[in-house]
Amino acid sequence: MTQPSQPARSADVVVIGGGIHGSSAALYLAQRGLSVIVLEKDSVGRHASGVNAGGVRRLGRHLAEVPIAVRSRRIWATVADFLGDDCGFEVAPQMRLARSEEHLVAMRARVAEMQALGYHHEVMIGTNQIREYIHSLSDEVVGAVACLDDGFAQPYQTTFAIHRKARALGARFHEGVRALGLTREAGGDWRVATAEGDFTAPRVLLAGGLWSGEISATLGEPVPIIPFAPMMLVTTRLPPFCNAVVGAAGVPLSFKQMPNGTVVIGGGRPGRPDAATNRAETTFHPLRLSAQTCISLFPIMAEASVVRTWAGLEAEMPDQIPVVGPSLRHEGLYYAFGFSGHGFQLGLGMGEIMAELIATGATDVDLAPFSIGRFTGGAPAY
Amino acid sequence: MVREVDVAVIGAGPAGLAAAVEAAAAGLSVTVLDEQPAPGGQVYRAIERADSGRLAILGQDYAEGRELVAAFRASRAEYLPAATVWNIGTDRLIDYSQGGEIACLRATAIVAATGALERPCPVPGWTLPGVTTAGGLQILLKGAGVVEDDLVLAGAGPLLWLIASQLVAAGAPPRAVVETLPRGRQAAALARLPGALRAAGYLRKGVALMNAVRRAGVAVHTHAEGLEIEGETRVTGLRFRAEGGEHRLHCTAVGLHQGVIPNPQVTRLLRCEHVWDASQHAFRPVLDDDFQTTFPGLYVAGDAGGIGGARAAALQGRLVGMHLAARAGRKVAGKPAALRTALARDLAIRPFLEALYAPDPAILNPADSTIVCRCEEVTAGRVRAAVKLGAPGANQVKSLVRTGMGPCQGRVCGVAVSAIIATARGAPPDTADYYRIRPPLKPLALTELAAYPMIAPDLEIREP
Amino acid sequence: MARRLQGIGTPVRFTFEGVAVEAAAGDTVAAALLAAGHRDLRPSAVSGAPRGPYCLMGACFDCLVRIDGAPNRQACMTEVAPGMDVRRMAHVGKGEGR
Ligand SMILES: Cc1cc2nc3c(=O)[nH]c(=O)nc-3n(C[C@H](O)[C@H](O)[C@H](O)COP(=O)(O)OP(=O)(O)OC[C@H]3O[C@@H](n4cnc5c(N)ncnc54)[C@H](O)[C@@H]3O)c2cc1C
Ligand code: FES
Repeated sequence: MTQPSQPARSADVVVIGGGIHGSSAALYLAQRGLSVIVLEKDSVGRHASGVNAGGVRRLGRHLAEVPIAVRSRRIWATVADFLGDDCGFEVAPQMRLARSEEHLVAMRARVAEMQALGYHHEVMIGTNQIREYIHSLSDEVVGAVACLDDGFAQPYQTTFAIHRKARALGARFHEGVRALGLTREAGGDWRVATAEGDFTAPRVLLAGGLWSGEISATLGEPVPIIPFAPMMLVTTRLPPFCNAVVGAAGVPLSFKQMPNGTVVIGGGRPGRPDAATNRAETTFHPLRLSAQTCISLFPIMAEASVVRTWAGLEAEMPDQIPVVGPSLRHEGLYYAFGFSGHGFQLGLGMGEIMAELIATGATDVDLAPFSIGRFTGGAPAY
Repeated sequence: MVREVDVAVIGAGPAGLAAAVEAAAAGLSVTVLDEQPAPGGQVYRAIERADSGRLAILGQDYAEGRELVAAFRASRAEYLPAATVWNIGTDRLIDYSQGGEIACLRATAIVAATGALERPCPVPGWTLPGVTTAGGLQILLKGAGVVEDDLVLAGAGPLLWLIASQLVAAGAPPRAVVETLPRGRQAAALARLPGALRAAGYLRKGVALMNAVRRAGVAVHTHAEGLEIEGETRVTGLRFRAEGGEHRLHCTAVGLHQGVIPNPQVTRLLRCEHVWDASQHAFRPVLDDDFQTTFPGLYVAGDAGGIGGARAAALQGRLVGMHLAARAGRKVAGKPAALRTALARDLAIRPFLEALYAPDPAILNPADSTIVCRCEEVTAGRVRAAVKLGAPGANQVKSLVRTGMGPCQGRVCGVAVSAIIATARGAPPDTADYYRIRPPLKPLALTELAAYPMIAPDLEIREP
Repeated sequence: MARRLQGIGTPVRFTFEGVAVEAAAGDTVAAALLAAGHRDLRPSAVSGAPRGPYCLMGACFDCLVRIDGAPNRQACMTEVAPGMDVRRMAHVGKGEGR
């Protein structure tokens, strides 16, 4: 069923993927007055964007990501007004605990490097200051690197709010519609095939998370995406004892107590991903290590019970940074995927940047480190 | 290293016991895991401890369980009592806890014989201490010989009358039975009676139970509506409309009942396909002729696959046990065909019962101010507000308002929330979705998880 | 109130909130507490309203208590043992919110 001339099926931009990146780009594109169609194979926010740890973290970002994270954080500050939904966003320190002098040395070096680049949001803090935020803390902890005004938010609530705002601005979302492939029309437009017929647009943004590689490969730009299913667990309510988002050097950990008293624990211990069945399965043998880490760092956690665990499906790149920017082989094709377990915070800023790039052909943010060329070895072919 | 067995049976009620007995008799290695300290499940709970007095109160159907439990005890099946299964992986690795310690087991075939849950009854005041399910009252009676003195039973369903009559026999009749069946139900149900006549025994029994309760002088109110449980910190009374007037009964305990539904935790955990059973007003897992789910190697016997009662459960359990034996190339002594005939005869009453006792429409659509999710104290109104905002289904509503996020994992509110969402969207119930069930199936102490057994080497973890 | 149909025989003695309770062997903690007149076993997680056993079969978690120091134990799924120290859990959440 091909209905090329039907206006409902064509737009200035087709976005593939209704995660936070696809939805956010759609929002900013619509705000710029472009017509946008978003194709989402399941439902908006069903995957990584709806189930992640909700960390709004600039701390410890790859240097290439820092400017985007800083820009995003500015948008986070006004998110309630901007989206008409507070997204559960709370400002709180993000910190990474040190348990040895060696950890401290590495952290100090990082802070110095950031300072030299003109970034002052990461600072070293001592145990007294840590204890102001965490009332149940192991004596092993000797210090931390922190970003005091980072925070956390509710991932599904946020992605859903972005989705609603994008819709209110005119973006058209088609849920349950999978992009099967892309071809170029004679006239120059992209034709996106789906089981519900084709969609056309001069420009396409591929923001399909874990599933992006299937499509980029058919376009001659294969990428080595590693399916990744970071596991999360959440506990029964505990008395308030922690108002920071806490990681630790040397162990995978992301730890925070929600305002309601539950504790949410993640940090990247991988479960079993299965992109084909949409399933990310938790396995408990590795989670025992997360339990051990939490009990040893925060003694009160011996009181907690695990209520629920889950894992999300995320696209990890071998170098831990996403693929963002224009295709090097095809005009009018853009990429934003592979956020490697830390793309939630970036969602708002990234969407704004992608919209700028797609609408104007340029952005002042340096996207070179994220180019797909680092995997395909190419320079622009058009 | 993980212990391997041919068959793991989860649940030691009639379905699980029967499956285990058959499979073990054919020479398969069988392990039965159950949360309770003794075999019997909900229906034959504490049957090995029941003395003649208790047996007389609970009646012949209960006493029938003794034979099955004895056969199980005599079988070669391994029995793990007080063992809570809290995860099953797609690799058929079973995680369970026993005595505060985690252990693992891998099984070639898994039989989920996890029975039924009571349908939620979200009425105002249902969270007050003193409100229990009717089934809960029966458990108190069976397990401990404990009865409520000042009780009103409210709702509908065969179990409501069974419990009422058992309490009468125990010398502790309820103050009243408040039946919520809408007018006209009997007539509608009678249309489905011809089939049921094949199970006339059940019908006679049902009528006899009701008569016994009335004869004992228990006040019976029919076609009741607008149930509201009163009290500040505990139950002080029940209000309702019936017989053209407002009623208020003083009581300190209320037993609620609206029928039972398949326990979906295991089959949902493994993402089995489920269908909406319009007659039972419940989801049930899709099963093939051999009771296998869409997850290969996972079988369901008994009420967890669709409500059929204790006898049907045992018959299904035997059939599953025989199938597993045959599949493993073992000789099967019994005659499956005869069991299937008996099963069909036993289930013939169901369409009638299901039509008669279809859940009260008001129960499926509680007022905005009524709590539906007991754990997180979420009202029906907040669920509807999330739908109004555009949340498409149960999992999105869960993410937004925390329904089903408490320790019960949606066991109590699941079908109520799905129904409220479907109604609010103007969609038929069969299009409603259901919570994705996440492990652990029951809360697990973090200290216990920290001591999870070393079943495999740890992976190298890249530093974050 | 709830009552027992028969005498207890040789009682199993334990405490609830430090108060002595007599139970029959084989009782669950929930049954024993109900029979002894204790209905309010825990504060609800959000509002802190009193809750008592609802399902008595391990499904609703409204009977969660602390037993011998261990939190979040299901009273309806735990058999009484001599000398058990059963306590209400404190209401700890900051209420609603997420
Ligand atoms: C458990 C976990 C914890 C995390 N914690 C954090 C954190 O604390 N902080 C942080 O910043 N980040 C975190 N992340 C990472 C963050 O969630 C992701 O980087 C981010 O959400 C990626 O967004 P996305 O839009 O690229 O991907 P997704 O959310 O996966 O969206 C992609 C969408 O595209 C759809 N799709 C794919 N192919 C097609 C097709 N062909 N046609 C139509 N639709 C298609 C998919 O169905 C999906 O909905 C975490 C991730 C996980 C899994
Ligand atoms: S009373 Fe429901 S879990 Fe114990």
